Amino acid sequence: MKFNFQGAGIVRGFVETARNFLGSYYDPERLTTVEYPERKLALPENVRTVPFLVYDHDMSGLRCTACKICEQECPAACIKIIKDTVKKSDYLGKSQFQPQVFDIDIAVCMSCGICAEVCPFDSIKMDQVYELATQDRFAPLILHKEQLGKSNAYFHAIHPTDAVETDSLRDEAKRKAETKAAADAAAKAAAAVKPKPEISTTANSQSVGTSATANVEKAVAT
Amino acid sequence: MNSLDQIFVTLKQWLLSYVPTDFQPVGSALLSIVAIIAVFGTAFALTTILERKGLGRIQNRPGPNRVGPCGFLQPMADAVKMLTKEDIVPYAADKVLHYLAPIVLTVPIWLAFAVLPFGRNMSAIELDASIVFFFAVGSASELAVFMAGWSSHNKYSLIGAMRGIAQMISYEVPLVLSTVPVLMLSGTLNLNEIVNAQSGFSFGVGQWNVFTPWGAAGFLLFMIAATAESNRAPFDLPEGESEIIAGFLTEYSGFKYALFFLGEYLGLFAVTGLAVTLFLGGWNAPLAFLNVVPSWLWFFAKFGALIAVFIWARGTVPRLRFDQLLNFAWKFIVPLTLVNIAVAGIWYFSSDHLAYAVRWLICAGIFLGFYELLGRFLSLKRAPRTYRYAE
Amino acid sequence: MSTLRKEISNGSFCGGIDVDSPLRHFSGATRTTNTNGFAHDLLEISMGPHHPSTHGVFRMDVIVDGEEIVQLKPVFGYLHRNHEKLAEKNSYLGIIPYTDRLDYICSMTNNWAYVLAVEKLSGFQATERAEYIRVIVSELTRLFNHACLVGFLLQDMGALGTPLMYAFREREKILDLFESLTGSRMMCNYMRFGGVRCDLPEGWLDEAKKVVSDYPGFIDQFEALITGNEILLARSQGVGVLSRELAISAGVTGPMLRASGVNYDIRKTDKYGIYSRFNFRVPLGDHGDVFDRYMIRVLEMRESLKILEQALNQIPAGPIIDPKAKNRGLRPKAGEVYSRIESPKGELGFHIISDGSASPYRLHIRPPSLINLTILEDMCLGQTIADAVIILGSVDIVLGEVDR
Repeated sequence: MKFNFQGAGIVRGFVETARNFLGSYYDPERLTTVEYPERKLALPENVRTVPFLVYDHDMSGLRCTACKICEQECPAACIKIIKDTVKKSDYLGKSQFQPQVFDIDIAVCMSCGICAEVCPFDSIKMDQVYELATQDRFAPLILHKEQLGKSNAYFHAIHPTDAVETDSLRDEAKRKAETKAAADAAAKAAAAVKPKPEISTTANSQSVGTSATANVEKAVAT
Repeated sequence: MNSLDQIFVTLKQWLLSYVPTDFQPVGSALLSIVAIIAVFGTAFALTTILERKGLGRIQNRPGPNRVGPCGFLQPMADAVKMLTKEDIVPYAADKVLHYLAPIVLTVPIWLAFAVLPFGRNMSAIELDASIVFFFAVGSASELAVFMAGWSSHNKYSLIGAMRGIAQMISYEVPLVLSTVPVLMLSGTLNLNEIVNAQSGFSFGVGQWNVFTPWGAAGFLLFMIAATAESNRAPFDLPEGESEIIAGFLTEYSGFKYALFFLGEYLGLFAVTGLAVTLFLGGWNAPLAFLNVVPSWLWFFAKFGALIAVFIWARGTVPRLRFDQLLNFAWKFIVPLTLVNIAVAGIWYFSSDHLAYAVRWLICAGIFLGFYELLGRFLSLKRAPRTYRYAE
Repeated sequence: MSTLRKEISNGSFCGGIDVDSPLRHFSGATRTTNTNGFAHDLLEISMGPHHPSTHGVFRMDVIVDGEEIVQLKPVFGYLHRNHEKLAEKNSYLGIIPYTDRLDYICSMTNNWAYVLAVEKLSGFQATERAEYIRVIVSELTRLFNHACLVGFLLQDMGALGTPLMYAFREREKILDLFESLTGSRMMCNYMRFGGVRCDLPEGWLDEAKKVVSDYPGFIDQFEALITGNEILLARSQGVGVLSRELAISAGVTGPMLRASGVNYDIRKTDKYGIYSRFNFRVPLGDHGDVFDRYMIRVLEMRESLKILEQALNQIPAGPIIDPKAKNRGLRPKAGEVYSRIESPKGELGFHIISDGSASPYRLHIRPPSLINLTILEDMCLGQTIADAVIILGSVDIVLGEVDR
């Protein structure tokens, strides 16, 4: 029903605010604000803030191979990578570089997540930490490898779906690599009779799980 | 009942009994001053926090709740912040006026409280023409607003001050005119006697002015004019923060700003107290059997309720434009107050000839008819519209 | 006063304008003997860049006669962040997060406009499901953009936050949806060439349906609060009138153009994406004043809800991104493309010139906010300062987009 006397619109407005005023007491749904430091909302799984690096077991198991794709692709150019000089064996048993320096300037980072998207080694992922304020605006905002590296368990804790998917892909790749290695060993045993030197390199490039990542790795290799 | 009702009066007399007789008038005045400053100073602090909480609830958020229990120490935190802030005076400002403006605003407003009856036998001074005194000291705030705006040497301040002057002078007229029916019907300018005139009960309900058609209309008009007079939303044009930053307050900071803030709230309290006194029966209980409750409690209950209405309005309506504000005052409110005076006259002279209900309907009908017609006439071209759609 | 106004318009006026004012160059005025800025009854006010209701760092150089505006010059560029030049250094993929930050209220539509241009350039086609997702997120964006706009408009009108807070309450629900979908509330960075970045999380569609079904309640509440309010009517009707002819010749687009009565909605004219499949109407105003601009937004929200209901019910299963579409290291063949969408603020266009390299040779953005802002003076002349503020509010600008 609508009364149309002069000032009816204002009166309706008053009724509406009164309803909201009273409603805020008996209907907590209305109060959307959260008493922040005491109460924190659970973050959705997809939430991304700044990047971090995943390692298996400990820091020496850092998945990053210093391929520098993220450094190239980062729209804000906030990643700085320097390759180590010695190679280490990765989870597939393949010899890979690791980063000597991996710095992310989170003052520049715009949390777009493109680094995580393009990483072919499932190494760089988006973190969910959000209380990042510091008193100094330079040094503490540059995160180094040591601060960036976080365990796979942590990755599982914050992005369960993505982590499980990643792990299954990696397990698959590892299984393939192992069967390949076994096959290689068998082939080697056979090659002891008839030597064929190229076979090991082709085996390596096919060993990674999905075709997309394989392509990327090829690109890196070239 | 009587002892609780008169507790402050007896307390004052007891204290005064220790003062030599020659100094008792001075002592009495000083005690009243201390009491008023204490009570309304606290009311100011409480209102700021309750306003913010109330506005918050209207806007579906909890409002300030960090300082002290439920945030009720927030005014203390605000006061500390205000006092410790740097007091900036613009280089080009007229320093004397800039310094004086907040004082000129605040001091006269305290004077206005002197004549308000806060309870039975509880007004600081007894004046025969107390309402005239009230309006006289109340109008000093215009000067302060203009001093502040002019002395700041800031364009926003100047615009704010010009707006403030025009608005306050325009609304002074309906503010005074809307009280005229009360003065006519009670036949006195003394606020205490106006309250006494409303102290009867008919059918157990208080004979407040607001329960008569001219009283209800006068109350509404008075409240509107009071809102404008105290620069509250929707008439907060002199400050109009979305248009002219902070209006005449733009160049004020620190304690001077706090004083302005205080002055504005005190002005609001004063006119609210006057509205309670004139229309809502002052310190009288609404129902006969509620007379056991002390009279001063009734005054402050009504006072609080009216302040809540101001806060409610602030959370609801948008601001008027300046020309509309003046049009509203001169073309709508002032004519209606004049009509209301006529209605009060009809009410008075028809008392012997007509039944109460008939009298009530006739008077209300006359006022509402004018209200509706005048309103329609003034907003002829404005209405919600219907829209066409393209597929 | 009319002679003075003439003086101002032909440039011979020199009173009251400070020597350092950019207006000096604008009107050919020279320094006057009066140094305090108060001369000839006219007052020059620099509203902004720090002003409560210029929606960011925007400046209006206003000359007022009393409170009436005789001249107004919009000054922008304070938030210039070199987006177009940055794009020339970034990869095609790396530009997407920058588009989020153009009109930072509605990143989804910005994403779409850019992605659509690149798809046109390189011949990708978004998958069916991705098209639906794009429509859904864009219409959700339109919903909260319009809600915020009317909230801000009423805030400018002095309603002390209440309408704005109600609008933000609803916006929060949609932002929560975006957060669970894309990982970020405002800087979504969601769309990719040939589709979208990630699929809808489990239960997302139900949550979205709930938000959409609750939304009309909010609009009703909002309208009860304010639409019939006599003060709003008085403040907005007949204020800031933009005529149909001026709107067309100035290139105004979006709700502002439709409020002036021009039936032009790119969702209808271009039928980009899959908008041809949805049944919705385009509300048109007849007066072109602030009230019409307000109401058109309210009505458009209701129409967006219709699109959302249809899209949420029809969305098919399937891949979210075209596997053939290349995102990283995209090097489209040399060429030039202009693509546009109906963003909540108007026609948002991206003009990309590719020279076949990994980053565009040139990228130009047609920001609706900027073009709609250019006629601010025409709408404000003869109105008061208080009107200028709400006229600016009704234009719906975001300075990130105006200055880029």
